[in-house]
Parts: sequence; structure tokens; C-alpha cells
Amino acid sequence: MPEPTEKPQESAADGWEPKIVAFFCNWCTYLAADLAGTSRMKYAPNARVIRVMCSGRVDPQFVMEAFANGAEGVLVGGCHFGDCHYQSGNHKALRRFRLLQRVLMGMGIEKERIRIEWISAAEADKLRDVMNDMVARLKALGPLHLEVPAEGFPEVADLAEVTA
Amino acid sequence: MSDKPKVAFYWCSSCGGCEEAVVDLAEKILDVVAAVDIVFWPVALDFKKADVEAMEDGSILAAFVNGSIRTTEQEEMAHLLRRKAKVLVAFGSCAHLGGIPALANLWDREAIFRAVYLENVSTDNPDGVLPSVSTPHNGDRVTLPGFYDTVRALDQVTSVDYYIPGCAPTPNIIAGAVQTLLSGDLPPAGTVLTPDIALCEECPRLDTKPQDLSLERFRRPHEILIDEDTCLLAQGLLCMGPATRTGCGQLCINGNMPCTGCFGPTSKVRDQGGKYLSALASMLSALDDEAIEKALDSIPDPIGTFYRYGLAGSLLRRRKMTPVDA
Repeated sequence: MPEPTEKPQESAADGWEPKIVAFFCNWCTYLAADLAGTSRMKYAPNARVIRVMCSGRVDPQFVMEAFANGAEGVLVGGCHFGDCHYQSGNHKALRRFRLLQRVLMGMGIEKERIRIEWISAAEADKLRDVMNDMVARLKALGPLHLEVPAEGFPEVADLAEVTA
Repeated sequence: MSDKPKVAFYWCSSCGGCEEAVVDLAEKILDVVAAVDIVFWPVALDFKKADVEAMEDGSILAAFVNGSIRTTEQEEMAHLLRRKAKVLVAFGSCAHLGGIPALANLWDREAIFRAVYLENVSTDNPDGVLPSVSTPHNGDRVTLPGFYDTVRALDQVTSVDYYIPGCAPTPNIIAGAVQTLLSGDLPPAGTVLTPDIALCEECPRLDTKPQDLSLERFRRPHEILIDEDTCLLAQGLLCMGPATRTGCGQLCINGNMPCTGCFGPTSKVRDQGGKYLSALASMLSALDDEAIEKALDSIPDPIGTFYRYGLAGSLLRRRKMTPVDA
């Protein structure tokens, strides 16, 4: 069994903030974020936004790498169906995403931590609501703590003592 | 002792198939034995750990280690052989990326011990005894290696120079790798000693692979009569060819079975399962959520399929450890 971590239990109560990596498509969701900014909307500042040309460009490896490097949530934003600049990129993204979600859940990552949303360039308010909602859900879930726990039960050095 | 180069073989958490693969060299093994001295090979020769410890550091030309690292003993042996060998070779899928044993990373030690020693229907253990690193016995102590929560690939424990992939590696790539090592003309450290292209590119069925696939769902081998000449993906089978390195000689394809991915990814891919998942999702025709869920239900065990040989070496490495109640 894993040794209990000595880290103090982090929670929203003592100032812990979830980190979100957000992949926004160039044509819709990124522009919605732009509009939210120029409209001076206020929303949770937890996302690090990465602009991609299409939600269909989001390789599952990007999402895994984000989690492996400490993200607590990943948000993918693309165009509504019918609006994709490349016609079917968002459909591909959705299929990929659903399959990825199954894999990540099997790896112990809660479903709420990975989210896909269709947000058009005009929907700055939807972007704000999605961000706020996702942050609230992640705060309720708490930190992910995905790191592979330090091994060492028993340390080789301890064994030497045992076998002496 | 002659002054022939020395080589060592060792097994960690593995099934023994990699040892078979060495024997599978058949008469070629005589060429190997003629060229080198095998100084350590527990499965076949009676040299002990103490014999290896007595050797000078770096005095072995190459140590071939198969199996993933599961216990403290295996970790210790990996470090020992690393010290004694100039070149440490991860031999086979388990040493390369974790292999089948790494699927245990979906659980932890407690869950594994509970299943194996307590709950299995065929287990007869009325006192509920679990393996322990040190047990008093007749006034003495009996010891066992410690069992880690997480299975690791060899390069997650110590530095590895070359990789020979495969479950098990095929005789032609073993022979090729040994020749490369003996030639003295060594490739850059970290090289996987097989061609760095996807299996599909060398597949005899490549011509029948459609440019764009549009599948309603996937099939399992027992559900269809598999055509012997058509691309297995086109027949709806989960063939790992697009995400797997070639070099195996397409053994499974020639046996009319889909590739399961044992050679690991090419150097351009970090996470074989993630890349394959991405490719698979593109091949489905489903557009809306409901159709997508239904299509995905035709993959009953996504992790076991995409990460059959590579969970330890994947980006996430293991299932998230369940928190311990304080």
C-alpha cells in the first residue's frame, strides 16, 4: 500500500487554485476568449490557453502530457457542428475526446477534469460561464495528485539491514 | 578466461519468452557463442550474483536485461549489471516499455496481494498470510524481495543504452543487434535497434488500406471471418500497425491476426496508446454523441488494447494511486 503523502491536504479553503490547460481553436473559441477580453468580462483566471488551428488538432498526447505535468483539468474548445473551418475537425475531436475520456477514467482521472465545449466567436458569455463552472467543479474535486508516488518500500539499503 | 567480449543475460519481471527468443536463434547461437563469452545467464548457466559482483566495473561488453522492474531485487540487479556492463540493453517489451506486467499499474500492491493471496477462488490461505520482506522462521529470518506498487521499465530505474523491442524479440532483430554491438560501430545511445517506421509501411496488405476509413464500429477477431489479403483495419479489427514500429517481419499479420503493438512506437511518438487512440477515432464514421458512444463500446478494454505492452513507458505510467485514509 502506498505510504501516506506528507503533503498537507490542499483544498480550495487554503488558497489552492486548480490549473487548467485550455486548447482553443483559432476560428471560434479563441476568438470568443478574445471577445471576452475586449468586452472586459471577468472570469476565473485558472486556464492557460493554448491556441490550436482546430479542435481536431488536439492530439490525445497533449492532454496526457498536460495531466502528467500537473494540470488539474483540460478544456478543449472548438466550433459548433457545421461551423468547423475544416468541415469535420470538430467531429473528429469529439470522437477522439470521448475515447480519450474512457482511457483517462480508466487511469483514475475523473470525467469532470476533461471537458470539450463548442463555443463560437460570438459566445464570450458562454466561455465565461464554462470557465467559471469548470473551476468550481475542479475546486470541489480537489487536486489531482497524479504523480507516481515515490517508491522505496523497502529501500534496497533497508533490505541490506534485513538480510544482514 | 579468453579475451572474447563478455556478455550477460538477465531476467526481471518477465515470462521467460525472451530467454526462449535467445534460444530461438537456433544454430545462429553458435556464432554468438563463438564470438563472445557468456558470463552470466541464470536461466541456462550456473553463474551466481557473487560472480558478477566480483567482476570489474565495465568489464562486460553488453548486458541484455529482459523483464520489467517490479521488485527490489530486480532493481538491485539492474543497478549491478549497469555498473558491470559498458552497454546495457533493454531486451524485449517488458524492459523496453513495461510490457504485459505493467498492466498491473492499473492496481497497486495492496490490491494485487488481496486478489492473488486472499480473494482468488483457487487460493487456499486460511491464515491470510501475505508476502513479507522479513518473516521469523524457527528462530531465524526468511526474506523476500520487496514488491513495488508500480511496475517500471528498465530505463525508469537506470540508464539504458539500447532497446531491442518485441514480445518476444524476433531472431532476426536479435542477431542484427548482436552484430551491431560486436561491430564496434555503435549507434547513438537510446536507439531502438529496429527500423524507425510504422508497421503499416512494410505491411504486405498496405495496398488494400483505404485512404480514409469510415467504420461504424470495430470488430474483434472472433466476430468475423478474417480475409487473408485485406488490411485488417479496413475489416474493422483493432490493428496497432499505424502506431507501432516495424522490424518484426509482420509475424502476426502473416498469421492473419492484427498487430497488438509489442514493438512500441516510432521515435516520433511519445505515447503509443495516445497516438493509436487518435488514429482510431478518426476512422469512425459516427458524428453525434450517441452514435460515438455506441461505436466506442466496440472497444471493450481500451487501456488493455492501446497500452498492452507500454503502460509503464506511457505518459501517465500508471493509474492514479488511490489516496490512503489517514
